[in-house]
Amino acid sequence: MTEVGLADEMISTLRTWVDSEVIPHASEFELPDIYPTDMVLQMAEFGLFGATIPEEYGGLELDNSTYVRVIVELSRGWMSLAGVINSHLICAKLIAQFGTDVQKQRWLPAMATGDLRGCFSLSEPDSGSDAAALRCQAKPDGDEWIINGTKMWVTNGEKAGVVALLARVPADDEGAGGITCFIVEKTPGEKSGGISISKKIKKLGYRGLETVEMSYVDHRISATELLGGQNGIGNGLRWALSALELGRINVAARGVGVAQAAYDAALSYAKEREAFGRPISQHQAIAFRLAEMATKLEAAKLLTFEAARKADAGERVDLAAGMAKLFASETASELALDAMRIHGGNGFTSEYPVERYYRDAPLMIIGEGTSEIQKLVISRALLAE
Amino acid sequence: MKVVVCVKQIPDPALPGELNPTTNLLKRDGKLILDESDSYGVEMALQLVEAAGGGEVSLVSMAPNNEMSGLRTALAMGADDAILVSDENLAGTDALGTAKVLAAAIRRLSPDLILAGVESSDGYTGTVPEMVAGVLDLPSVTFAKQISIDGDTVKVQRQTEAGYDDVECKLPVLLSVTAGVVEPRYPSFKGIMAAKKKPVEALDLQGLGIDLNTVGLVGARQETIRVTEAEERESGEIIVDDGDAHQRIAEFLGELKVI
Repeated sequence: MTEVGLADEMISTLRTWVDSEVIPHASEFELPDIYPTDMVLQMAEFGLFGATIPEEYGGLELDNSTYVRVIVELSRGWMSLAGVINSHLICAKLIAQFGTDVQKQRWLPAMATGDLRGCFSLSEPDSGSDAAALRCQAKPDGDEWIINGTKMWVTNGEKAGVVALLARVPADDEGAGGITCFIVEKTPGEKSGGISISKKIKKLGYRGLETVEMSYVDHRISATELLGGQNGIGNGLRWALSALELGRINVAARGVGVAQAAYDAALSYAKEREAFGRPISQHQAIAFRLAEMATKLEAAKLLTFEAARKADAGERVDLAAGMAKLFASETASELALDAMRIHGGNGFTSEYPVERYYRDAPLMIIGEGTSEIQKLVISRALLAE
Repeated sequence: MKVVVCVKQIPDPALPGELNPTTNLLKRDGKLILDESDSYGVEMALQLVEAAGGGEVSLVSMAPNNEMSGLRTALAMGADDAILVSDENLAGTDALGTAKVLAAAIRRLSPDLILAGVESSDGYTGTVPEMVAGVLDLPSVTFAKQISIDGDTVKVQRQTEAGYDDVECKLPVLLSVTAGVVEPRYPSFKGIMAAKKKPVEALDLQGLGIDLNTVGLVGARQETIRVTEAEERESGEIIVDDGDAHQRIAEFLGELKVI
């Protein structure tokens, strides 16, 4: 467990940076969709690429409760920054949890410093919520595997040097096969062997960092890139879904961060902006909206921190993570719109950051399991009891 | 190379401060943070040691109640160790008393170079660094904006109103570092974890061998006799352009003697 005093100090250091370097400059990168290289370098300096990687491999081994606070802080400044490390750390988590000792030594130390960047690749053009329907194929060929298929919505896909790839292995004579996780090594850039990487997909929000489509045409990888060795065959989807459970807590934390930013902006604007001879915060219509916003924000925080606490205590988190993700992401969207209403016309312009919160918030409703999937997860957990 | 940085820990300037009504001195009984003006000294020391290919950066600080939050920040930035002087008899110590205490702590470390901020952000006397040099009988150079070490010589660009002076001086020497001349690094999370384990030697006046009568309120030769509120800053003049705005702005800049 991360010591609370140390965690407080880390978060306060991060907060100082977010306030002085991220918030004033985020829109300069976000609006023209430019990768924030200097911000990412500073994140690497902080050690954030190793945030949850075990200390023995050079990471910080932060517990979930502390990591969630990191994500809230980053997202309060600019949600895309959380995306820079989230999928990298999901990839690292798969390796740390299910990789062989040789695989951990091979990738984790370089991932912990950010020198080697990871990404996570499950979704396909025709398989999102129904992940089990994925079609990307991995066929054994001697000491190698041949990969064919197309993957969608890969965050950090171009800059990554390793891809946690979910692909279907055809059943062998003994019936072993199924969805399997590979850690595919590649050269960062547009092309690597049989892998082609599309241009950045243009998005409503979550801009600045690259989200790409990746296609594999007869791409050959070594048998050593099969996660967990032969034991890994057919376990990929189960492993990925367990990693995504924590991913959901992280997305909940992003929701909390965006909701916090929206609330903070609304509160300070309401105190400054005057209408009918007094600050608009003195009008009950605005004051009551602020009260509702603050209450929802607090509830989203509590659900999210509670899910992280449960994960740290080793408890089951499907229900808690689902509830946190559902509520925090919907809250982020609602608060972003509330903040825009309070800003009036100004909120509709790119002079104020509220329009960015409004564009970023829907990602959390969709990414890592839509709200509908969360309701499915939650109701299944409830009805199973 | 061994560099010592004088570090002041001050009440957080973001929080409202309070004065002791009897002594007119700032209350410092809560959590103290690293004075921003000293963070430049710490950064400069780290850069000099890195440029020298190795060495040690030690901190000295005087603070009430063994308070070391601010020291921890400087240790997290990369300083190696620290001496913290804390003693209830130090309450009310003036600039010279502070210099005596810091000098006694510095003497234990026999550094090649001593760095300090030009002035603290809570006291602003701006005299302690030179007094420390005086007590230690060392040369001092104020307002350093760039520092490089060449063998046993230090070369300093010393900021002046007109530009800068080039100053050379034999080590050991005390330099006060101008605020803003380097960009203090953010502590890394690993640094924050490591800082907790770095050695901080806590000393009181007896441990430092200082006569109680020469410091604290008893030994202070400086007294704050009256405090008045600063005048509120007046709002600036707004020039509306009626075709002659450029002239009026030029006149204004002329009055300020910047053009």
